[in-house]
Amino acid sequence: MAVAEPAPKKHYIVVESGDLEQPFRWSAGTYGSKFLTEIRDNKKIWGIKCPSCGRVYVPLRSVCGPCYVKLDELVPVSDEGSVVTFSVVSFGFVDPSTGQQRPVPYGYAAIALDGADSYLLHFIDETDPAKIKPGDRVKAVFEDDDKRTGSLLDIKYFELQR
Amino acid sequence: MMAATRVGVVGVGMTVQRSTRRDVTGIELINEAVRAALADAGIKRKDIDAIVIGNMDHFEGINYVDTWSVDGSGALGKPIMKMTTGGTTGSTVAMGAYYHVASGMFDRVLAIGWEKNSESDTTGAIITAFDPFWDRPTFAGAVAGLALEATLYMNETGATEEDAAYIAVRDRRHALNNPYAHLRMDAKVEDIMATPYLSWPIKLGDMCPRTDGACAVLFASEGAVDEFPNPPAWVHGVADRHLWAYTSDPYVNQKVVGGTWFPAMERATAELYEKVGITDALKQFDVAELYLPYSFAGLRYMESLGFCERGGGPALVHSGATDMGGECPVNPSGGVMSSNAIGATGLLRVAEAALQVQSRAGDRQVPGAALALATGFGGCYWSDELVLGKEKPDKVRG
Amino acid sequence: MDPVAVVGVGMTDIRRDRVEDTYADLVYEACQKALDDAGMTAADIDVVLTSSNDFFDGRTISSMAVMDACGSYDKNVSTVEGDGTFGAAHAVMRVLAGWGTCLFCVHHKGSESVMPLITNAMFDPIYERFLGIESIASSALQARAYMDAFGVTEEDCARVSVKNHGNAFKNPVAQLPLEITVEDVMASDYIAEPLKLLDCSPISDGASAVVIANQERAKGAARKPVWVKGIGYNCDAFHLGDRDLSKSDALVAAAKKAYKDADINDPPGQIDLAEVSDAFSYMELMWLEGLGLCRAGEGAALTASAKTALEGALPVNASGGCISGNPVLVSGLNRIIECVLQVRGDAGAHQVAGVKTAVAQGFNGPCGQSQCVWVLGGDA
Repeated sequence: MAVAEPAPKKHYIVVESGDLEQPFRWSAGTYGSKFLTEIRDNKKIWGIKCPSCGRVYVPLRSVCGPCYVKLDELVPVSDEGSVVTFSVVSFGFVDPSTGQQRPVPYGYAAIALDGADSYLLHFIDETDPAKIKPGDRVKAVFEDDDKRTGSLLDIKYFELQR
Repeated sequence: MMAATRVGVVGVGMTVQRSTRRDVTGIELINEAVRAALADAGIKRKDIDAIVIGNMDHFEGINYVDTWSVDGSGALGKPIMKMTTGGTTGSTVAMGAYYHVASGMFDRVLAIGWEKNSESDTTGAIITAFDPFWDRPTFAGAVAGLALEATLYMNETGATEEDAAYIAVRDRRHALNNPYAHLRMDAKVEDIMATPYLSWPIKLGDMCPRTDGACAVLFASEGAVDEFPNPPAWVHGVADRHLWAYTSDPYVNQKVVGGTWFPAMERATAELYEKVGITDALKQFDVAELYLPYSFAGLRYMESLGFCERGGGPALVHSGATDMGGECPVNPSGGVMSSNAIGATGLLRVAEAALQVQSRAGDRQVPGAALALATGFGGCYWSDELVLGKEKPDKVRG
Repeated sequence: MDPVAVVGVGMTDIRRDRVEDTYADLVYEACQKALDDAGMTAADIDVVLTSSNDFFDGRTISSMAVMDACGSYDKNVSTVEGDGTFGAAHAVMRVLAGWGTCLFCVHHKGSESVMPLITNAMFDPIYERFLGIESIASSALQARAYMDAFGVTEEDCARVSVKNHGNAFKNPVAQLPLEITVEDVMASDYIAEPLKLLDCSPISDGASAVVIANQERAKGAARKPVWVKGIGYNCDAFHLGDRDLSKSDALVAAAKKAYKDADINDPPGQIDLAEVSDAFSYMELMWLEGLGLCRAGEGAALTASAKTALEGALPVNASGGCISGNPVLVSGLNRIIECVLQVRGDAGAHQVAGVKTAVAQGFNGPCGQSQCVWVLGGDA
């Protein structure tokens, strides 16, 4: 199948959408709202426990996939845990939620909070990959009282316990 | 389980895969692939019974692509439905079209997968795949998510960045035989290692590119295959698992669920291999077209697909078994490391696998290929898998 | 077509704003209802299909949000993006291809975004979007074309709204039961002429699910299986200017195929009840014609004669239809579910007596471009 080479760039019209906004107002649901409220008001992190397998999930979800049962038992989990795996992001990109470029480099990790069986993805305060390894201990650092809004970003990052 | 109608791939069409196809609209891009498939199968638009189409909506910003693209897809006056599952879209579409025919409802079904990644900010779009509350605040697109897998893999097995880099080298070198491929080059491991880090340990050279492209594959029922000039590439079996909803779950289940490595892929593999009768993937498959979104996948997924034991990926690859001329060449087409038009990518794996077992793969042909594995990857570590073969299967279980 | 049945159905209530629920919550509720209705558990389901739309949900790979909630764990799963009638058709294909049972679910929360922006995105980015055209404005064009072609009046269309909102009182799931008259509809504000507020379906949240089974597995169902007698779907041209908007060729073709499967050659004579997607009041009239339940241009007369009323000879939208609650995508599956309930005798207060054969219809795209028709019946 022969394909002709495209003509030079200037021959083509490209229609720009401009900065498109498609605003959403997603509902966190009953338990999600409780989780975020507790972080905002009390700097406390909660998990949700499956009555069937006993797994404690953080972040919250309403159904345990493997057991296919509805979850409703909130249990407190620690704000400390271990790094399961990590990366250091060095390419710049625009965050679609804010429209702003994320400042790079930044470290982020899948964190197993003590008491939780699933992992939380969050920032860590180290950008040298040689200085992080799976198993390292981390602790949540919260935003100041007047800056917390009821979002996962009310936790600023997790600090490596060096 | 009732026996399904047996189904074969009887026609394949694809566009050249390029970083930016500004000479065509999405509709025209689709049409290129469709015309090529119709020509390959020796039929006209009127002979198609139904169409299944897929892409990732936000990459082009089109809602209801199935109704928008009828001029290009040929769907005017025909049954059409859209399927989309992220990176697995192409393979989902292939399986969807397969089921259209296996059901007995249609005899000739065209699967179309396409993407014009150049038309949007794909990182931004991919971020929107993930939960707005739990995942998006910190998520950094596909690269950073895959980086977590790579870190864990290196930590667990001692595999190195150089081991992974070879996959990029291999696939893009294979692509030199594929005139349709996007990135085609004879690079060295050192070249990959010298590229900048995107998200440690993944470097630019480790990642698949962003590509514009389309692919169309015609599936026909066993009653209809003889109408076509090409020998059918028979579908021997399909299976998939889309297990996860939250980004961190896959890592969880590596540890929590009986120590499985990549549960979605391993469970899909277990089901598929049992259905098709695969007990030794390396020996039984003549060729594999695998959806490897980045270099490390080319090590790790070999293990989860049963080509070697856990941790054995680097040794297998370094042995030459997956190079052209080896025991089971992987990605003779160049694979995803070479061309990544997302909606098309998974479907291209099926198209390439079909061409192989039909002995129509030209310069990228694996001599004597009779049984091929094609996979799709995407979403939250989801896995789609298909086996295609030259021989008509006795019966197909779903 | 081998015998395939709907053996379980579940619908969440349709409401304007279910802020207390995420998509996963809604889908879990619908799936549990469908499984309970079928007398099954997740263990009895062989394969799972979901349906959602990335634009409506504000997330690419929108199916991901409900992977846990639909019971897909360790099962084959796929996703159709489109109206529930299409996804359910693929569920039937899965069962015909050898899977014993398939759970299919669909979700939508119109409350979470701005509908005109989302439906504007159906239109071509190069040639059409700048007009601001979206679902209502485009449907208004079709309404005008249809009304002018056949001399249908706004009052004729208003009758559909009055009938369906009235029927909704007898459907506990419906969002908008309203006691209104034709004058009330005529007095409501124009949104896009000739469509007035009360000619339009509302913004809605909801989810639904069905369990489809082959003949063997249908034997284990708790309620009477309702058999899929025929399915057809087809697609018109995309650009509105390429179409004769006063009729739906796609619907005629889809119905023809479904009726052929079902051995129906006299639709008004052989069909006892219809559930059609009246996203706008005029659409019920058009879809009745496309379905062959009356001749072209006669939908208004059919409706005015009260033949399509709840007590009439051929009730249409006994459930209240989309105009009483329209979670997009979910609506098509709800049309199928309502037909199932009617054939089973489980429709409660809005039950129509003696329904043996029912027809459900749904669509995708602007002005009902792509259409899907189902025929459901009591006998295998």
